[in-house]
Amino acid sequence: MTPSTSGAHPAGTPADSGTTSRTDAAARATATPDTGVPVLEVEDLRVEFRTRGPVVNAVNGVSYSIAPGETMAILGESGCGKSVSAQAIMGILDTPPAVISGAIRFEGRDMLAMGAEDQRKIRGPGVSMIFQDALSALNPVYSVGYQIGEMFRAHRGTSKKEARERAVELMDRVRIPAARQRVDDYPHQFSGGMRQRVMIAMALALDPKVLIADEPTTALDVTVQAQVMDLLKDLQRDTGMGLILITHDLGVVNEVADRVSVMYAGKVVETGTTDDVFTRPAHPYTRGLMSSIPLLEDKGHRLNPIVGAPPSLAAIPPGCSFHLRCPMARRGADGRPDCAADVPPLREVVVGRRSACHYSEELLHG
Amino acid sequence: MGLPAVVVTHGAVRLFPSADHPAGARPEERPVGRYVARRLLLTIPVLIGASFLIFAMVYALPGDPIRALAGDRPLPASVQAALTAEFNLDDPLLVQYAKYVGGLLQGDFGTDFRGRPVLDTISQRLPVTVTLTAVAIFFEILIGITAGVLAGLRRGSFFDNLVLVSTTLVVSIPVLVLGFVSQYVLGVRLGWFPVAGITQGLYSYLLPGFILAATSLAYVTRLTRTSLADSLRADYVRTARAKGLAPRTVVVRHTLRNSLIPVVTFIGADIGGLLGGAIITEAVFNIPGLGRAVFDAVSQQEGAVVVGIITLMVFFFIFFNLVVDVLYAVLDPRIRYE
Ligand SMILES: Nc1ncnc2c1ncn2[C@@H]1O[C@H](COP(=O)(O)OP(=O)(O)OP(=O)(O)O)[C@@H](O)[C@H]1O
Ligand code: SF4
Ligand SMILES: [Mg+2]
Repeated sequence: MTPSTSGAHPAGTPADSGTTSRTDAAARATATPDTGVPVLEVEDLRVEFRTRGPVVNAVNGVSYSIAPGETMAILGESGCGKSVSAQAIMGILDTPPAVISGAIRFEGRDMLAMGAEDQRKIRGPGVSMIFQDALSALNPVYSVGYQIGEMFRAHRGTSKKEARERAVELMDRVRIPAARQRVDDYPHQFSGGMRQRVMIAMALALDPKVLIADEPTTALDVTVQAQVMDLLKDLQRDTGMGLILITHDLGVVNEVADRVSVMYAGKVVETGTTDDVFTRPAHPYTRGLMSSIPLLEDKGHRLNPIVGAPPSLAAIPPGCSFHLRCPMARRGADGRPDCAADVPPLREVVVGRRSACHYSEELLHG
Repeated sequence: MGLPAVVVTHGAVRLFPSADHPAGARPEERPVGRYVARRLLLTIPVLIGASFLIFAMVYALPGDPIRALAGDRPLPASVQAALTAEFNLDDPLLVQYAKYVGGLLQGDFGTDFRGRPVLDTISQRLPVTVTLTAVAIFFEILIGITAGVLAGLRRGSFFDNLVLVSTTLVVSIPVLVLGFVSQYVLGVRLGWFPVAGITQGLYSYLLPGFILAATSLAYVTRLTRTSLADSLRADYVRTARAKGLAPRTVVVRHTLRNSLIPVVTFIGADIGGLLGGAIITEAVFNIPGLGRAVFDAVSQQEGAVVVGIITLMVFFFIFFNLVVDVLYAVLDPRIRYE
């Protein structure tokens, strides 16, 4: 075993290994207190980038809400606006070039309508975010302890010494071995998995009500991915925070998410409980995504990925933005909707499920 | 800049995660003392090589220094022979050099042809050049970093464009021209600054110091601007904002701190370069420093003075590069002494 992997597989942290200890259903049942009252509501969020050249419509009317203890996954191909929508919620997009509209309500108060200083105070104790590449997301010239402790110093005016103590506690909590010895080390001295734990410790420092995790495990190797996801789920169970999980990994979604929102070209095209969406997709795009993963039983069968590439967000096709790639797309006849001209609204197609396709019912029942 | 004695481990860490140490172990200590000692030892051969090269060049200069000393009146043959013997002028190059180094090792920098110890010249003129260099560095820091930060924070603004144009202008004009023009306009015509000399104390150093700094100043400004602009785009700045830090903290701690690392190291390394640049500036403004002494000594073929002072400058140059390398590793924890 190399030194690096021994760092990532510390002895004495049994909870760190294996993701298959709980069944999906059991995990979901414990993770959803079902209080109903959402802590974060996003309504008709739009983000466009006005730089030189054509306007990029990165987010085009996204709505969702997240309740305490709930996990919502955001799925979608690369470049469909997942990260931009998250960054808009965090208030970390530069405006300009970004132009943001809609409403982002945290505990009922619209963050887009409040002043910069009030908004800033929500980042950290209210909503927090972890990023994909912890190496570049952490400042290389400050120790990890300093960067974690900064949360307490900035939001609670904690002393330097006290903040460092708190950092050690948090590093322990995210199961970084020998936290006290390593608190003064720098990000580059940690392995990828440990670095992502540092990010998590930092994001969770002030017990946020909502955590946005933007592809938290994509940069890690497979075994470490499972450990980090497990850690996130355990921490969520302990704190009851809402978790927005942005990922490409359908396996992870199936395992940890209560609900799923599928995004395409800056819009949510389908949303529902994970089980429903996975077993009976109501949108042709979702179905395409599902059939692009090789299932065990399907071994030997040909994969059925979605043909073509997603549209440029600077030139989204009219009508249904998916129509150029959709196997079910049709020109309207007999007064039925025309996929190339009529924009399909996101509507409830069965109880608890919304889909933005004119022909969802055919997909569900046909 | 200096020899590539520091190794950036940042990239390597990603390729070879074994740089990550086992749980609980401290990262490798950074033996700065040994590193400095080794670097200092390495300066000895460099100094010997440099002084020999300079010595050989002075030796190769055409003409007879003794005659040059005497001017138009021919010296009596006996005096000429005595001087030639005293300064070993008839010995072959290597012998002359060996005798010179022998003296150096005993702290003897030799004497010029008028019998004045070179060490006296150095100790008298060093403070003047140090003052001039200090003024230049002061300008680099004050104007260069300030202008660079303002331009970097407001890219594309009028001020940013002004900085781009003026720095390009400064860099493209030879220092000699810049010196003479500013001396004529600001000194002779407008009378704002002394034309030459150091009779007005620190005030007389301002214009020459600025001219000495000019090229580096432009470079520091550009470097600060670019480096700041890069940092502003960095992921960790985005993280700092997502943490809900105050905007001032985000800029000062998570942007400036990082972006000034290359600037600080450039300025450090530039101290050595400024000493060399002082030769021209001191000649233009008639400042009686080391540079002026070298300038005069070359024209009078005062070999001992030239070799002594230039060797000293080479030493300073190497020394400040060493300081920079150590400083670099202090400022950026990813750098390791090797
Ligand atoms: N600062 C910006 N200026 C202009 N365009 C931007 C900016 N940031 C993002 N975009 C554009 O917005 C679109 C959506 O990007 P986003 O990062 O949200 O995609 P994503 O869904 O997160 O993809 P991935 O899965 O690859 O992370 C992209 O086309 C990107 O080019
Ligand atoms: S609206 Fe038409 S093109 Fe769009 S997903 Fe439905 S069937 Fe396909
Ligand atoms: Mg993304």
